[in-house]
Amino acid sequence: MWEIGLAHYLTVAAILFATGVFGIFANKKNVVIIMMSIELMLLAVTINMVTFSAYLQDMVGQIFTMFILTVAAAEAGIGLAIVVVFFRNRGSIEVEDINSLKG
Amino acid sequence: MIHALTFYLFAVVAVASGLMVVTSRNPVHSVLWLILAFFNGAGLFVLMGAEFVAMLVIVVYVGAVAVLFLFVVMMLDINLLGLREGMLKYLPIGAALGVVLVVEIGLLAVDWTFASEAMTLRAAPTPDVAEVSNTEALGNLLYTQYVYLFQVSGLILFVAMIGAIVLTLRVNPNVRRQAISRQISRPKSEVVAVRQVRNREGI
Repeated sequence: MWEIGLAHYLTVAAILFATGVFGIFANKKNVVIIMMSIELMLLAVTINMVTFSAYLQDMVGQIFTMFILTVAAAEAGIGLAIVVVFFRNRGSIEVEDINSLKG
Repeated sequence: MIHALTFYLFAVVAVASGLMVVTSRNPVHSVLWLILAFFNGAGLFVLMGAEFVAMLVIVVYVGAVAVLFLFVVMMLDINLLGLREGMLKYLPIGAALGVVLVVEIGLLAVDWTFASEAMTLRAAPTPDVAEVSNTEALGNLLYTQYVYLFQVSGLILFVAMIGAIVLTLRVNPNVRRQAISRQISRPKSEVVAVRQVRNREGI
């Protein structure tokens, strides 16, 4: 209990990741909250990377954490731009309204 | 003891604010909870001795990504009333999936051992913190061994920037912009007319 090890950090990351997955499934109305859930999952993955980096004493995990941050920032920028354009065209960002590609 | 207490503080607040992100009614509150989750994740990184990544998470996630989310959520006019009606319909499958995921990862984490040759297979062992700080060690590695990846990540950000601009740029033909070359190349005959105005009469 008072000895914090690898498993503790991995558990936190697992719970955060599962929260993100749950958020994607539970929110069928708002695309922005789905994107926030994706950010949450990326945070969980980042915690995993840094945990193994710390416990194996290997710097590469932290290096790749920075690349994850880069890709997450790019993804958020593009995704939010798409959401803004979609809202401009359709006036709604509900998931059920995103069906114009259905035949 | 103090390490454990700090860990539990950060972990509990991170998990709780993560849950609030996906369950709160107002998207603006979701973003604020997301910021809290990022801060506590950064606290966990500091506990693990990765202080540069922790600062990076605060600067990039809180300073850029979360504020971007906040802008978008505030700019889009979303009606809050109808936003939650689908929640109950999808709650069971979402909860079941989350529980299955946690149990699976938990099964892995409980029975975790490193391979015996794991320590010899490290790509870049961490130098002693007393001699080389975390930031310096990261820089030594990032700008030498991983410089190509560093540049590629710059390229990714560049492409993302151009993509976001191309997607959201609107050229409105009704906007009247200043055309300086047209302004200064107009001849005098086109602009000025000399009229004889009689006294007490208009033109």
